[in-house]
Amino acid sequence: MGKRGIETLVGMFVLLGMGALTFLALQAANLGSMTGGDTYTVQARFDNIGGLKPRAPVRSAGVLVGRVKVIGLDSTIFQGVVTLEIERDYKFPKDTAAKILTAGLLGDQYVGLLAGGDDADLASGDTIAQTQSAVVLENLIGQFITGQAEGGGSAAPATEAPK
Amino acid sequence: MNFVHHVGVTALDQLRGWGHAAFFFLELLRALPASLRRFGIVVHQIHAIGNRSLVIIMASGLAVGFVLALQMYYALAAYGAAESLGLIVNLSLVRELGPVVTALLFAGRAGTSLTAEIGLMKAGEQLSAMELMAVDPKVRVLAPRLIAGIVSMPILAVLFSAVGIMGAYVVAVLLIGVDAGNFWSIQQTGVDVWRDVGNGLVKSVVFGVICTVVALYQGYETEATPEGVAYATTRTVVISSLWILGMDFVLTALMFTAP
Repeated sequence: MGKRGIETLVGMFVLLGMGALTFLALQAANLGSMTGGDTYTVQARFDNIGGLKPRAPVRSAGVLVGRVKVIGLDSTIFQGVVTLEIERDYKFPKDTAAKILTAGLLGDQYVGLLAGGDDADLASGDTIAQTQSAVVLENLIGQFITGQAEGGGSAAPATEAPK
Repeated sequence: MNFVHHVGVTALDQLRGWGHAAFFFLELLRALPASLRRFGIVVHQIHAIGNRSLVIIMASGLAVGFVLALQMYYALAAYGAAESLGLIVNLSLVRELGPVVTALLFAGRAGTSLTAEIGLMKAGEQLSAMELMAVDPKVRVLAPRLIAGIVSMPILAVLFSAVGIMGAYVVAVLLIGVDAGNFWSIQQTGVDVWRDVGNGLVKSVVFGVICTVVALYQGYETEATPEGVAYATTRTVVISSLWILGMDFVLTALMFTAP
């Protein structure tokens, strides 16, 4: 085979590799859905962030509007400080509330934004005042068990009575 | 006393071998810029070790994708999570199987041929003849092959993963009937370009260096006899495979343990 033929084949080989990489990045990974640079950041403080991780989605009414950028701890008041990166196209009122929610029963955790009624919008660097921490399943089960123990004493005979 | 002597000699020999290999690697690195000036040789070598490995790599990728999809579906369907099939196949291919299996196949397909070629060149005293003519065989023969190996391996690994995911698509969506939209969108939310695809690519570059350097070293240091070349070829496969598996563990621990 001539020199030019080999060069063409090698060119095709490299091109094939580029094509495969593009396929992996766009179709089989998140490059296509990545938020492009145009974002603003707001902070939210939570008593307990649960299992929230950086790059977790931020949703409003179920729609993806941004991502969690950084998670830190404010060591003066011992609250988790979550920095949210929200796309510039989406504006939220100043009194918007942030909740940490779980997708499905045991799914990944994300931040849910519930818009308020204020006229002014959240600007970059603002802090969301109203927050609701993650529901910790262990605490919930604990409460359920103590609730059963307290209320169950009188309820148990009632269910047995019709027998 | 004799035993102690024997252990000492073996340990020192081993140590000297490692040092020898390290010097070989450094000299090879020093020869890289000079060999880049003769790009024609590099292109020729990419054809020899990259293009010619294409069929075996893509066939293996497709087979791995098929089988992974079938087996994962069997386990996932029990939990009603068949949609996550694409994500699992994608992550295992891009992070681990793509780079590692490609490197193992590459050691068998291209590494052996490199060792045999260089070994026979040495046995036929072609390398010494080059040195006599003031042509550095490291620049003219070894370094272009190293560049070709480093270039070819990531391309092959990416192709392996891509073909594997397409294979999983064929099995999951076309044969089993998993929803195509879910199949892709779960991958697009769960796979990160830099963390997963990028790190997979870094891994395959590292494996490319390992495979090619081991193959070249074994060929260059072979005993100049038919048995010597045969031994060297075998050692290429064994040593590169062990290095690949060991380095894969180290790289995975470095790349994927953070939350």
